[in-house]
Amino acid sequence: MTTFRRISRILAAGIFFLSISFANKVTAQDGKALFNANCASCHKMDKDLTGPALMGVHDRWNNDKLLALWIKNWNKAVASGDAYAVKIKDWSPSSMTVFEGTLSDAQIDAILGYIKAWKPEAKPTAAAAGAPAEEGDNTLLFGILTLILAVISFTLLQVNASLKKMADEKAGEPVVEPVPFWRNKAYIATLTVILFCVGGYLTSKGAMALGRSKDYTPTQPIFYSHKVHAGANQVNCLYCHGGAEQGKHANIPSVNVCMNCHKAINEYVKGPKLYDEDGNEVDGTAEIQKLYKYAGFDPANAAAWDPSKAKPIEWVKIHNLPDHVYFNHSQHVKAGKVACQTCHGEIQKMDEVKQFSDLSMGWCINCHRETKVQFKDNGFYSIYEKYHNDLKSGKIDSTKGITVEKIGGTECQKCHY
Amino acid sequence: MEQQKYWSSFGELNQSDAYKKDVQDEFKEELPFEADDKGLLDAKTPRRDFLKYLGFSTAAAAVAASCEMPVKKAIPFANRPEGIVPGVANYYATTYVQDGDAVSVIAKVRDGRPIKLEGNDLSPLTKGGTSARVQAAVLDLYDGARLRFPTIDGKEVTLEAVDKAVADAMAGLNGAPVVLLTSTVVSPSSQEVINQFLAKYPGSRHVTYDAVSYTGMLLANEATYGKRAIPAYRFDKAKTIVSLAADFLGTWLSPVEFAKQYATGKKLDEKNPSMSKHIHFESAPSVTGSNADEKFLHRPSETAAVAAALLSAVNGQAINIADAKLKAGIEKAAKALNENKGAALVVAGSNDVNVQIIVNAINEAVGANGQTINWAAPVNYRKGVDADFAKLVDDLNAGSVGALVVYGANPAYSWYDADKFKAGLKKAKATISLNAKVDETTELCKYVIPDNHFLESWGDAEPQAGYYSFIQPTIYPLFKTRQWQDSLLKWSGATTDYLGFLKGYWSTKLGGESGWNKALQDGVISPAAETIGGASFNGAAVAGAVAAAGAKKAGKVEVVLYEKVGIGQGQGAANPWLQELPDPVTRATWDNYVIVSPAMAKTLLDIDLNDSGEADAYEVMPPKKVVKVTVGKTTVELPALIVPGTEPNTIAIAVGYGRSEKLGKAVVGTGKNVYPFASFNGTAVQFAAADASIEATGEKYPVALTQTHFRYDTAQGNRTEVMKELSLAQFKKHPTEIRDEREKELKPWGGLEKFESQGTIYPVFDRPGVKWGMNVDLNTCTGCGACVVACNAENNVPIVGKPEVMRGHEMHWLRIDKYYSGDMENPKVVFQPLMCQHCDNAPCENVCPVAATNHSSEGLNQMTYNRCIGTRYCANNCPFKVRRFNWADYTGADSFADNQEGKVNDVVMMMNDDLTRMVLNPDVTVRSRGVIEKCSFCVQRLQEGKLKAKKESRPLADSDVKVACQQACPTNAITFGNANSHESAITMVRMDNPNRQFYSLEMLHVLPNVSYLAKVRNTDEMAHEGHGAEKKEGAHA
Repeated sequence: MTTFRRISRILAAGIFFLSISFANKVTAQDGKALFNANCASCHKMDKDLTGPALMGVHDRWNNDKLLALWIKNWNKAVASGDAYAVKIKDWSPSSMTVFEGTLSDAQIDAILGYIKAWKPEAKPTAAAAGAPAEEGDNTLLFGILTLILAVISFTLLQVNASLKKMADEKAGEPVVEPVPFWRNKAYIATLTVILFCVGGYLTSKGAMALGRSKDYTPTQPIFYSHKVHAGANQVNCLYCHGGAEQGKHANIPSVNVCMNCHKAINEYVKGPKLYDEDGNEVDGTAEIQKLYKYAGFDPANAAAWDPSKAKPIEWVKIHNLPDHVYFNHSQHVKAGKVACQTCHGEIQKMDEVKQFSDLSMGWCINCHRETKVQFKDNGFYSIYEKYHNDLKSGKIDSTKGITVEKIGGTECQKCHY
Repeated sequence: MEQQKYWSSFGELNQSDAYKKDVQDEFKEELPFEADDKGLLDAKTPRRDFLKYLGFSTAAAAVAASCEMPVKKAIPFANRPEGIVPGVANYYATTYVQDGDAVSVIAKVRDGRPIKLEGNDLSPLTKGGTSARVQAAVLDLYDGARLRFPTIDGKEVTLEAVDKAVADAMAGLNGAPVVLLTSTVVSPSSQEVINQFLAKYPGSRHVTYDAVSYTGMLLANEATYGKRAIPAYRFDKAKTIVSLAADFLGTWLSPVEFAKQYATGKKLDEKNPSMSKHIHFESAPSVTGSNADEKFLHRPSETAAVAAALLSAVNGQAINIADAKLKAGIEKAAKALNENKGAALVVAGSNDVNVQIIVNAINEAVGANGQTINWAAPVNYRKGVDADFAKLVDDLNAGSVGALVVYGANPAYSWYDADKFKAGLKKAKATISLNAKVDETTELCKYVIPDNHFLESWGDAEPQAGYYSFIQPTIYPLFKTRQWQDSLLKWSGATTDYLGFLKGYWSTKLGGESGWNKALQDGVISPAAETIGGASFNGAAVAGAVAAAGAKKAGKVEVVLYEKVGIGQGQGAANPWLQELPDPVTRATWDNYVIVSPAMAKTLLDIDLNDSGEADAYEVMPPKKVVKVTVGKTTVELPALIVPGTEPNTIAIAVGYGRSEKLGKAVVGTGKNVYPFASFNGTAVQFAAADASIEATGEKYPVALTQTHFRYDTAQGNRTEVMKELSLAQFKKHPTEIRDEREKELKPWGGLEKFESQGTIYPVFDRPGVKWGMNVDLNTCTGCGACVVACNAENNVPIVGKPEVMRGHEMHWLRIDKYYSGDMENPKVVFQPLMCQHCDNAPCENVCPVAATNHSSEGLNQMTYNRCIGTRYCANNCPFKVRRFNWADYTGADSFADNQEGKVNDVVMMMNDDLTRMVLNPDVTVRSRGVIEKCSFCVQRLQEGKLKAKKESRPLADSDVKVACQQACPTNAITFGNANSHESAITMVRMDNPNRQFYSLEMLHVLPNVSYLAKVRNTDEMAHEGHGAEKKEGAHA
């Protein structure tokens, strides 16, 4: 039991630190992050996607001001009468998102700077550094060792008893016929106790797990691979699950969000081969065709597509909380700046999504006990004057910081009402 | 102060045996404990049963455990509409419109379903206030009894078929006139639609019918001001308000607006105490009368004489009223009016033209015209004139009406002579109803095209001239219904639908599409500056009116009919939230009844309330004696309730009950229709009768009365301290009286300042960050009940039905306690809204064996339903009795379908229905059977508000968190916020009112987080005469 907890603690801490570095990367106001968050879903540097390839865009426009205006609101750029703007207006049937109000001038400059500086990588190295070596599960090894030792000690005990008997015989002492081990009360008692403990442990563990479904991996109507989208293609989680920043539900994207990109991407050829849970190969292109069926989209006659005829896709819900639990994604993602991976695991490496955490109350509470809130960065916490003073005076250990628990995050009515 | 004794029931006043027994126990019914001492195994549940249960539960658990988890689907939109995020509420401005009432509201829409209405702060009329009926209107949308399709002769048809049939019927009239009969229409564009419709059928006319009409006022104003209209009243500008039985805080004209205005005059500044003075004359108790500074009783037939006497007194002439108390009251009122000329206002609830003419003359004499009465912008709430409708009834009976198109009006139920109307209706060639439900009139109509609910409709309203409020749909129509304006447009041959018409009507006025969109978004358009003006007064009719004001009729019993805050003229009868809302005056639910005075109780019912045995016999059990009331040829048998504050020879009965069972489960078995007691005097319908006879039948009928529920009076929780009240004169003389008294009481435990730490052996806990606090100003609380219904809607508070209410099982998280003090025949009344007090040292928390209720670091007394095992120890230990136990699965949380059938009331089954359950707030757990629940301070809103602030990285502001009762309150009596903050409203209100602030049952050291501000009545009284106070108080001290 304790080993499990230690392992899970190490794991959780590891993920936590990972997530902090991840979260920082996403929120930093640098061009790359902004590009990934806002542009990458439609644009690539070196390849036309829903939008055109962006490498060399400065040279093509030759007018940075107008280019910035285009990004803000392309209608205005066209209205300015610039010949190039008018020309590229009909580059694609889907028009560009208007970023006026979403992106500031400084942010657009940062993005353009990033595009300018971008160069194709000389030789693509395999995904950055690779995750740290996984914690091996030694339980089985320990188990086998224990078993071997137990057999050895049992044999030795038997040998010892035989030797004693022989020695006694030799010494001519009266020999007591030893009780066979299967009728030895000490053995039987030990075994009973062990069985009771193991059985009790397994029963209570099983009972507690009722209604929990860790590792639940249902077959979905479309073999949608997060590994391909969020992993290989680096689509930002929030592009599809924008609700995670706005409200309770992260939300599954509607068909039209899929089609934003898949109007242009109609086949899966370049990526690694896809395999389902049972090891069967999956044809990515055929899965995209399934999407088209839902969307009512005919790639041969793309112009005639009517998005209003689309039918929703009936995904199987994986993460289920009981009705008496209130959970809000935006509380964690936006206010708490927790990375998606903290609770959902390394989703960018999953072909088929499985439930990573057991979503039990103990699991929630443990995290609330250990996770720090954005105490200094978020203006909301300025009202906790006492804590600010205690932090300054060293009364509260600043390395431990203000955890969610400290501001009442383990109280019943934070989640149950 | 010390002598004043408050009582909520006659038993409490007498300290009767039954009262003493009742208040010792938490639960009214016998609890199933064995009284014998035979031991557990020999008790009714012996060993074998125990083993059976054990076996069954083990088997059941095993079966349940082996079940596979069901596969759940997550189905996103195919195309997500812009601005809609599942799980995030959208808010749309719209307008509550019902029979002439119009209140600007904001509808909260969650995932496509409107689930809550709030007042629209942008409206200069209602200023964000609501009423119980407005709050409950959202439940009407999901009413299963709504008509779901058009019908011809009660059979379902398509819209096209009914349109064709109506067109054929209209064509076959041979020039006989078409009459459009509606309740008051406040919508200017609809008036245009009506005009178009009338133009299409020459000779046709529009008749406006109001069930409780304001004909008297309309005609009196025509006689004296030359305008058949009702002016706007400004109670906020009046320093003296005299009401002649006008229930302007409850049901009269526009109560939300008036309550808002009235409260500005009742807010008390401690440093400079002054208040408006409200003197009330009435025959039967009302919400407004209960709030009055001084109240005088008179007979209904005496109304005109009282008005005439007041006019004489104001003019300095002698008055001739026999009753000394009443005479003194009139003189007092006249004096107060004359002292505040130009800032005085007199209103009358009477529908008698003469009374209203006299009132106009008084207002003229005290300079109200152009000051507190605004003729520059008259109101449109009521336009119906009874004589118009009486003529229509005659025409119908004469067979001279071709087609009758009915919208809103329901005279087959509410006209005094409904039979005559029904007979006439049969003679019309075509009868068409556009009402939303099969009400009494619609039932008799051949063609029915049900109207949309207002939350499914487009439209506009002009409650007051120049003040517009807009209606936009918040949900696609649930059923095959059509807006009534669309039907009229169709039949008048128009090519556009009503939306197109409405847009066309407004776009030009508002400067195109963007102006229209802005208007819809705000919900209101108001004049930039308010104009207040008078009208020229013509006093020619006054002398005649005064001459017609006869003296009171002597001898017999008089009946007065009144509207209830919840049920109104009958519109609220099918709404379970309103039926179960305890009436502010009687605190009864689910019925109407005959209100009698304690004096009449003695002579008629043979109940002497000063005799504790007789009072107990009346009070302890729900069955009440039934009386037979006869007016003319009409006889109605109803149970009698004894309500102090009723004129001794008057009985009062509420209209709006006894509706057709086709209106829904909620009306079944609730009350009787007393509209037939009204009479028509040739100009207006009178809702009082001077010549009634009344006799006890000897039978009994149970009434679900909540006044005696949830009371507690043990040595540990003594209730004598629960209420504090002062007169203004006394407050001016000793401003710190209440504070001194508290200080004195708490002296042994450190006094006010150190009471928290020194009054207990427990440690004092830190509350870093947020500490929630609430304050209720008893001065401005009118007891109207809007908060109670708002709490129903926001927190999924269940409806339990009449049989359960009778057992004391009602679930309201917020109740409004009513206390009497003083003279039994005409006592003073104080309302106290009581919800969970969120005690920082809560007695309920200590006794929970499973820690299902505990305290949060923000000062909330938390209730965790999924941990509760239902021991009810907490409810037992609560000194305020605010915890509620779910005796059944009232809202369909987890029971198998049908296994509650017959166990709970039909109304509860209706609330379990999938359609009705659409009104539930998805952010609040639906409680299952067997758990305790209580006010949570709307914790879901607190969490949402904090999250909003966190997302914006700023400290919490008052505007982030508004609890439901606070937001619904039309008088802003409730303040809520973070008491730790130095700038929050709650901190301010507590700092500004140190002398009036008090905590309920403070000496128990439960440290409530809800504070109250004592009621201050604007009277000159210095010492309280308290009914029998000395001897009673001795027992409690």
